[in-house]
Amino acid sequence: MIAKNRNMTVRLLELLMVFFAFLFLTPFYFVLVNSLKPFGEILNNAASIPTVVAWGNYSNAFQKINFVSVLLNSLSITVISIILLVAMGSMASWWMVRNGTKFTTILFYACIAAMITPFQSFMIPLMRVVTTLDLVNSRKGLIIVYLGYSTPFTVFLYHGFIKSVPIQMEESALIDGCNRFQIFFYIVLPLIRSMTVTVIILQTLLIWNDFLLPLLLLTDRSLHTIPLAVFSFFGQYTNRWDYALATLVLGMLPIIIFFLIMQKYVVAGVRAGAVKG
Amino acid sequence: MDVKNKKWRERTLATVFLGPSTFFFLLVIAVPFLSGIYYSFTNWNGVQSKATWSGLSNFKYLLLQDSQFFASFWFTFRFTLTTLVITNVVAFLFAMALVQPLRFRGALRTVFFLPNVIGGVLLGFVWRFILVNGFATLGELTSIKLFLLPWLGSPETGFWGIVIVYTWQSVGYLMIIYIAHLLNIDSQLLEAAQIDGAHGFFLFTRMILPLSMPAITVCLFLVLSWTFKSFDIVLSLTAGGPFRSTETVALNIYREAFTYGNYGIGSAKSIIYFLVVGGITFVQVRLTKKMEVEA
Repeated sequence: MIAKNRNMTVRLLELLMVFFAFLFLTPFYFVLVNSLKPFGEILNNAASIPTVVAWGNYSNAFQKINFVSVLLNSLSITVISIILLVAMGSMASWWMVRNGTKFTTILFYACIAAMITPFQSFMIPLMRVVTTLDLVNSRKGLIIVYLGYSTPFTVFLYHGFIKSVPIQMEESALIDGCNRFQIFFYIVLPLIRSMTVTVIILQTLLIWNDFLLPLLLLTDRSLHTIPLAVFSFFGQYTNRWDYALATLVLGMLPIIIFFLIMQKYVVAGVRAGAVKG
Repeated sequence: MDVKNKKWRERTLATVFLGPSTFFFLLVIAVPFLSGIYYSFTNWNGVQSKATWSGLSNFKYLLLQDSQFFASFWFTFRFTLTTLVITNVVAFLFAMALVQPLRFRGALRTVFFLPNVIGGVLLGFVWRFILVNGFATLGELTSIKLFLLPWLGSPETGFWGIVIVYTWQSVGYLMIIYIAHLLNIDSQLLEAAQIDGAHGFFLFTRMILPLSMPAITVCLFLVLSWTFKSFDIVLSLTAGGPFRSTETVALNIYREAFTYGNYGIGSAKSIIYFLVVGGITFVQVRLTKKMEVEA
């Protein structure tokens, strides 16, 4: 009897959670169905399924924001930044853990402090640095800023992980005559692979979705990333929802696909990223 | 000779491994941050390359004349506190549900997490459409009063609109952390308590909640840092309106510098902002750490 009761509770809970899941999906439903409607129909009834499918909205959006070039901008900026971040961050963190000095301790605490520091509190002078070095309006400039901006979190993640890696393997490799580069690339890097995946996932979500830095640095339209292109599109066509919603769907699609494919790693990354400082 | 050589080699190696990260960190964060402190005491306007010293006048101006800056702080506080409570309660309850043997557990987790991978600007626009057009339609169809409010058209609906979007975005992320934590709680501990007669609400408040304090610390910290720095969702959802009633501090500083060109005052605001964020974070971590218990 108790078991049966318990089973009933679980089924009820299941029903409740499925209801919440549908509630969570409703915004996507609204955006998707309305992105396929002509303008008048959206204003008439935003909840209905389209009577005529207006594929034209998509070809329009595709051209207006220059989707292919915008997508390539986002991709190249994210991929190059992350490759360099992983290389620099893992090397620095390993050195900090294994060859700690006063300097590395200071550097580590500076990283922790920087993680709490809001971007706005160094944004204004950063723009001056960037302008002085002539890094405005170039992908290279934005990537350089990401290398600095994302270093603290990367170092924080690697640092904590490397501390838990036993040193014995590295010691015996040293005795066998490996130099430090060989130790790092052949022994350490494979050992910290799982943290590298976490870093890649978390930084991808951050850099791909970042808006403020591209807004400040990339004024040239041909350099726009996805969030920036969508933003300037909305500025231009305020409340033309037939174009805008198709643009939104296009903008959301790449990262949603990324998430659905990499889901397992994303969830693991979120868990690993939640270690306490 | 040999010793000197070795030392030199060690230095070179350290430079190769540490150099790049240190360089970019200094260039992008440390140097701008420190020079920002200097600029906050100047009347730099961004156009002239020279900034002249103006003592405490920026801070005086902020304290005495810029009431919008305080209004945006007050808005950010209220919004942060509200979101902090709502997101954590919902995420914790969702996590409690999803550690039960439910069917579709994986799919449910995916759905709840999904909004989190989408960037703030896009989320803001999605919800601008839902709150303005979608709610209007739902209101017509169901004649429920809540849907017929002037969404995003008044300070209150603007506030709650932003809270809704943040909740929708963050619940999945926090839920993952809570699930991982709940699965880690020693089930023997809970069984022992149940044998001792602890059930339902009592078991929850006296056992599960105290044991979850480490995860709660992390989640409070996360939401605090997201919401207190919120910029892009607010910009695309309400643009700080109506009448700057939903302007966050981050948005206020951005506009001071890049819309009005007051770099000196903007820098002074940044310093105050930094001190407040640092202070709150410190207090929060201290407080919740105190409430953690050993099992």
